[in-house]
Amino acid sequence: MERYVYADNAATTAVSKEVVDAMMPYLTDKWGNPSSLHAKGREASVALEDARARIAACLGADAKEIYFTSCGSESDNWALKGAALAGKQKGRTHIITSKIEHHAALHACAWLEKQGFTVTYLGVDTNGVVSIDELKAAISDKTALVSVMLANNEIGTIEPIAEIAKIAHEHGALMFTDAVQAIGNIPVNVKELGVDMLALSGHKIHTPKGIGALYIKKGVRIDNLVDGGGQERGKRGGTENLPYIVGLATAIERAYARLPEMERVRELRNYLIDNILAAIPHSTLNGPREGRLPGNVNIGFEYIEGESMLLLLDFEGIAASTGSACSSASLDPSHVLLAIGVPHERAHGSLRLSISTDTTKEDADYILEKLPPIVQRLRDMSPLYEEAMQAK
Amino acid sequence: MSMLYSEQVMDHFTHPRNVGVIEDADGIGEIGNAKCGDIMKMYLKIENGIIVDVKFKTFGCGAAVATSSMATEMIKGKSVDDALALTNKAVIEALGGLPAVKIHCSVLAEEAVKCALADYYKKQGIDHPVIAEAEALLGADHDHEHEVTEE
Repeated sequence: MERYVYADNAATTAVSKEVVDAMMPYLTDKWGNPSSLHAKGREASVALEDARARIAACLGADAKEIYFTSCGSESDNWALKGAALAGKQKGRTHIITSKIEHHAALHACAWLEKQGFTVTYLGVDTNGVVSIDELKAAISDKTALVSVMLANNEIGTIEPIAEIAKIAHEHGALMFTDAVQAIGNIPVNVKELGVDMLALSGHKIHTPKGIGALYIKKGVRIDNLVDGGGQERGKRGGTENLPYIVGLATAIERAYARLPEMERVRELRNYLIDNILAAIPHSTLNGPREGRLPGNVNIGFEYIEGESMLLLLDFEGIAASTGSACSSASLDPSHVLLAIGVPHERAHGSLRLSISTDTTKEDADYILEKLPPIVQRLRDMSPLYEEAMQAK
Repeated sequence: MSMLYSEQVMDHFTHPRNVGVIEDADGIGEIGNAKCGDIMKMYLKIENGIIVDVKFKTFGCGAAVATSSMATEMIKGKSVDDALALTNKAVIEALGGLPAVKIHCSVLAEEAVKCALADYYKKQGIDHPVIAEAEALLGADHDHEHEVTEE
């Protein structure tokens, strides 16, 4: 293998040494329970509240508005189910979300439908931007919650959350955004967004897996998902995962400090998009050109299937991802690609490259060197390509 | 669930045997559809009831390519009757197993062989039960089984 290029940062990120170093004392000597009154516990409690304050400062929130969870999916589930159940007590049994949410949010909505809630799934345009018209048509005084992700994990579309939040609030509904993909890639400030809740995850910003958080604006009441011994101000039970919480605080500060570097990532992304589209015929960019996460590339290649492409890229030391059904256990290709109007055939041939501040120009050039022959090799094997070429 | 491929699957995927077309094929079979994400096309050259050459083209995942490749290897040099007896289970076994969600790829490989053989019999003017079988497979717009079935 000549080189290893990790271009799957939307799936997970390399664990940062800085983050692990910050965590280590809490994995070894400082193992106290933050709820304990003795010195060992107080030491842990101080670290816990320090981490909370640092995370809150990055997000433009108050420390008391940050609640730790086990992951982004838990944060999504808590926000959706907690807000829906709280809304029901006020006679609000309607939820609005979009067709391109993460499965954690979509499946939580499916669960809510089973419990008798009505859910509206907003459509998106070809760029993946949620339809404001559909939102305005669907929202009513029965709406408990509007839930739209800040940035899409597959095609990188950045949603107009501030505008959506304003509409939600005009109707007395709560506004939740899943910011798992956005944090560390674009500036995220809860006040500027005007949201009531925001979910984030550590492992997308270089912590180990197993830590997330939910911002809940002061005064917003949602039901608990995990009941327990009064941790997290009685809202999320379970002894706090202190080493990971400390790691999350370090990771988020590190991510915010590195935001200026995202301009270079954006340029590198455009370099990749331009050169892939130029080098490989019958290829199209999925998602918008502008208003997309700086590290996200998603391109559809006609006549080939994504999993084959991933396997061959992996052989060359390039880690990527695809929206093809064959890469997962499900029947259908990516719900996001289908929602923006990509036909099934082309959705199967999609490739997502998600780069980060760790990605270099040399890495991009390596992808540009290896990808075109792989696509051609699979096309040479494809009956669809053969038929298309014969037709010409 | 495991998505890991066996060594044999990876070998056949990275070094597929018999990729290509046969211009003067005696039988051609194509099954699957692009919507589902897999299509297999198989070409047979048959002399005196023996499959003397076989080529394939496949649009699909690693398992689709590997099962096509293995199926062509298993019928090359064999009699038409032997090829008709090829089962997806035999292809799976020869590949050292497949992840459960990829079983349908082996079904497609078996069906592609059957469709090519049906085409051969048709061209020969021979009435054979495999013709009706192939027509049923193709007529159903190929609603192949994606469900996980335990072996």
